[in-house]
Amino acid sequence: MHSVKRISFRVRGIVYTLLIVSGMFAVFPVIWVFLMSTRPNVEVFKWPPTFFPEQFTLEPYKRVFRDPVYLRFFFNSYVVATVVTLFTVIVAILAGYGFSRFNFPGKKLFNLFVVGTQMVPPITLLIPYFSMIVAFGLFDTYKALFLTYIVLTLPYAILMMTGYFNTISKELDEAVMIDGGSRFYALWMVIVPLALPGIIATTVFSFLLSWNEFAFALTLTKSTSMRTIPVGISLLMGQHAYEWNVMMAISILGSAPALLLYLFAQRYFLSGMTIGAIKE
Amino acid sequence: MGGYPVNSYKYLRKQFVAYGFLAPAAILLIVLLLYPMILVVWNSFLDNSIINPTPKWVGLRHYRWALADTVFSRAFRNTLIFTISSVLLHLSIGLGFALLLNTSINRRIQTFFRVLLILPWTFTVAIVAIIWRLLLDPLGVVNFLLSIPGFIKPGLAWFGDPGRAMSALILTNTWGGYPFIMVSLLAGLQGISVSLYEAATVDGANSWQKFLYITVPQLKPVILSIGLLDFIWTYRLFELIWLTTGGGPGRATETLGTYIYKLAFTQYQFSRASAVAVILALTTLVLAIFYLRAQKASD
Repeated sequence: MHSVKRISFRVRGIVYTLLIVSGMFAVFPVIWVFLMSTRPNVEVFKWPPTFFPEQFTLEPYKRVFRDPVYLRFFFNSYVVATVVTLFTVIVAILAGYGFSRFNFPGKKLFNLFVVGTQMVPPITLLIPYFSMIVAFGLFDTYKALFLTYIVLTLPYAILMMTGYFNTISKELDEAVMIDGGSRFYALWMVIVPLALPGIIATTVFSFLLSWNEFAFALTLTKSTSMRTIPVGISLLMGQHAYEWNVMMAISILGSAPALLLYLFAQRYFLSGMTIGAIKE
Repeated sequence: MGGYPVNSYKYLRKQFVAYGFLAPAAILLIVLLLYPMILVVWNSFLDNSIINPTPKWVGLRHYRWALADTVFSRAFRNTLIFTISSVLLHLSIGLGFALLLNTSINRRIQTFFRVLLILPWTFTVAIVAIIWRLLLDPLGVVNFLLSIPGFIKPGLAWFGDPGRAMSALILTNTWGGYPFIMVSLLAGLQGISVSLYEAATVDGANSWQKFLYITVPQLKPVILSIGLLDFIWTYRLFELIWLTTGGGPGRATETLGTYIYKLAFTQYQFSRASAVAVILALTTLVLAIFYLRAQKASD
């Protein structure tokens, strides 16, 4: 923004041209999917392809909303993502506060552990999870996904919350406690409201991570009624490979929550994300 | 922290409150992370631990098997090709787009393009896979666009062709993965002090020189750490490959992730799968140590 104070007309022309080309690379696939979701299936692979549908229809979307199997995928995704996010955020607020406010013995080691857990490949965990979940009798239940997803979301969430709490002055809690409030009161009544942007970022981040998860959901659930959107849609692709327009409609609808959350929270999200992902 | 000598009893007692705050997180991570990690390592030393009710200790047998297995070495090589190409493309596209977004153009247009260029990142891996299976279908739009100027004959199956599946996969992963890098580098660019550029202007430097002698060195720590992080994420990737090529055709796009999954859940070779999974985790650990070093250097 400030690197070059005034740029010439010609340079600006080049910049705009490149931006439009880049924008096409980013957006064309999405537009194409949307256009495919609004035409009859026979038109999807017509050769040569046409940009606009010859026969515009919202039938694929109606089919998604009428089909209990599809609706169940959405319901499952919302249940899992919401519960996991709620747990993650509460546990991460507590842990982040502990990290940010105290210098307890073992702090460095535990911090290294949390940072290290982010580096563990989920596919490595999947093998022991499978036997653990089967042994606990949780195979093909929501609980299997709640428990395993929290491992994916929690380390990032703790680092994000710690980073955010570090930006809030420690003297605030001390002041509350001098006035007779407990530390718990200071956290929930004073610090948490101030940390709202960080909490929003953590919430969005955890929700998106859970909403997008695929490998655990594929392996730890089995019945169609337990499938989440990413798994459900990929299995449908195998079975009904000929109903591309409906698959595209589910893709658009399945991406909508992430897109809306992102647009709503991008301001908090991007700054919070950089704290969590880049700072130790 | 307020006024106590660091080792006094009162000070320490105060610090012990922290364990209360950290207990829920610690319990969750120990039960759901440390214990499974121990379990997977333990399984890798036993003969088939799921099928056999009384598994025997076999030491390093599965590791020796993996190192001699041709599919494993193929998967390892594919993983490196896929990861290095993806990371280089992410970094160059991410840097290019970040530089474009950092020019002094109309604010509104800038914001509009920033949101637009982040868009691919809001799509779930499963949906990114479907999008590109549609685009790269033999009768898809990419083949159509390439056939107009006559680059290719129509009807090419990108994900189904052993010679092209890897490129198709890298293209798909590039599209889905560059936004995160772009956002991080943009933040890095905006953190470079204006006075550096002003001083260079006074000294008569042109834009290219400013880029080479100010932007690149200033951005180097961010590029290094974000590149390593991306390397770690891409190296262990499973979903995208599973959902586009499934490791095929043949073994053309078999990577460590897909191979582990197949060993465990289609061939039920849990101990072999555990051994490969431990190799994946250990090699990631090496990368992670480099990453933490790079972090320390950039702080």
